[in-house]
Amino acid sequence: MHALEKILAKHAAKDKVKAGEIVTCKVDLAEVNDLYMQVIESFNEMGGKRVWDPEKVAFVFDHYAPAPTIKSAANHKVMREFVWEYGIKHLFDINAGVCHQVMPEAGLIFPGMLLVATDSHTTTHGAFGAFGTGVGATDLACILMSGELWFRVPEVIKIEINGKLKPGVLPKDVILHILGKLGTEAAVYKAIEFTGDTVKNMDIPGRMVLCNMSVEMGAKTSYIKPDETTLNYLKSRGVDEDNLEVPETDPDYEYSENYNFDVSDLSPQVAIPHSVDNVVPVEAVKGTRVDQVFIGSCTGGRVEDIEWAYKILKGKKINDRTRLVIIPASRDVYLEAMRRGYVEALINAGATFSAPGCGPCLGAHQGVIAPGEVCVTATNRNFPGRMGSTGGDIYLASPATAAACALAGKIVNPVEYIEEV
Amino acid sequence: MQLKISGKAYIFGDNIDTDQIYPGRYLELTAKADIASHCMEGARPGFAREVKKGDIIVAGKNFGCGSSREHAAITLKEAGVSAVVAESFARIFFRNAINLGLPVITCKKIHDNVKEGEILEIDLSTGQIKNQNTGETYRGEGLSEFVLSILENGGIKPLFKERYGN
Repeated sequence: MHALEKILAKHAAKDKVKAGEIVTCKVDLAEVNDLYMQVIESFNEMGGKRVWDPEKVAFVFDHYAPAPTIKSAANHKVMREFVWEYGIKHLFDINAGVCHQVMPEAGLIFPGMLLVATDSHTTTHGAFGAFGTGVGATDLACILMSGELWFRVPEVIKIEINGKLKPGVLPKDVILHILGKLGTEAAVYKAIEFTGDTVKNMDIPGRMVLCNMSVEMGAKTSYIKPDETTLNYLKSRGVDEDNLEVPETDPDYEYSENYNFDVSDLSPQVAIPHSVDNVVPVEAVKGTRVDQVFIGSCTGGRVEDIEWAYKILKGKKINDRTRLVIIPASRDVYLEAMRRGYVEALINAGATFSAPGCGPCLGAHQGVIAPGEVCVTATNRNFPGRMGSTGGDIYLASPATAAACALAGKIVNPVEYIEEV
Repeated sequence: MQLKISGKAYIFGDNIDTDQIYPGRYLELTAKADIASHCMEGARPGFAREVKKGDIIVAGKNFGCGSSREHAAITLKEAGVSAVVAESFARIFFRNAINLGLPVITCKKIHDNVKEGEILEIDLSTGQIKNQNTGETYRGEGLSEFVLSILENGGIKPLFKERYGN
């Protein structure tokens, strides 16, 4: 069995499961974000009277943080009252950040766990060896009532990535490249395991980027085998290592597909409008005017991402016809970026900082784009209308590329803008 | 729920994502009628006013990709769409639709064979689709017993209400 199958088997109280089988599993953590008032509505419609285990439920207010409209404020109010009424243990209010950042930071994510959240990017938690998957509101309401959910055991695709990345080429470039080659349908109903030297040498934030964007290939979940890097991160976040049971994939497990990528010659990549797999080397769209740059979200809002902006922009000024919006993925990220002096340097360079949350990534607030505008963003989707007007153009790139574009006011290759790497 | 559905086809292409089905700027809405009024607005503005109860959406590959937002399934159901037939579906959308009692049928090459406005008859249990205008039939994938049992109960909510609700 694959480690992911072992996770499902354990949570279904079975010795064995196999791909294609439908199993009912107990869930270790259920998370609801603030897009999902519908969870409470479905819970009430189904006659819910109690939450199965309030200790295992988290609410995260990130998509509308702080509330931009009266309606979203009212939704927050109802959700807070639900949390208090049912004694739910984990409430990350508008001061916390993006769910996929705050949950690992809080030590809630560990290898071998089964995590279900109302967010498609829950695949991010594969970076920690967890089985994380996104569902809609009613599925989540079912978990709140029963503690269980049905799953189709997924086939697993192995993506092996080898080679040392060139300076200025980031994990985001790697996953965009893979998406461009495999397409948005490559892993529908399946899971993706990332392996190989490149992944082994990647830090946790880099691994999170790969796993985060695996859903853009349709993946149900993703997985990176936990190693010392994983355990060191978990230790730093207070996870009790001694009680961890880390499942291992059996040596005879047969992957449904195997892909190999050598990234040693990879250059910075960009997904051009309007599809995530519409990927070209940045040079192919060099010179395109840029109105807004966004660095943030569950894909590109970590300290390491802001650090790239700092490296490229410190002591300089962004183009006077371009806006740079930076949104740290969490309160911890924001504080660390402040401590390291990134925030001050970037504000001096012309950046606008907003409160931790999802904001413009899904067109909610804090920097949406107008018709005819071009945005280069470190986020995960360039669907029409994703960040505001359907008449806007979204280019997905690494935080380094995004920062360099803010400096130049047009699409450029960041490698030319890095002084010291 | 009826296992045979018939309705007029509206045609959409590949990768109709959740932002096209239900744009993010309306996500704070909670009333079903409000949600229904923005159906497919990102892909075809005006669709919500045009669509009639019982109509069927026909699409290419990867329908419903993107967000886990249940609004995407709610808006289609509440706007009156009786089924979605596509060459493939994104998994969260598929789950959301079934949970809400909106039939979703996978049928290879449906997109190339059906024209806008043609009347389709779908047998949910076998996946068989008949085009009343051309007389052609297309073989879609029948829904599994597990999924059919959810649909036959009108979605997951009545099932859960019976099992866990008071």
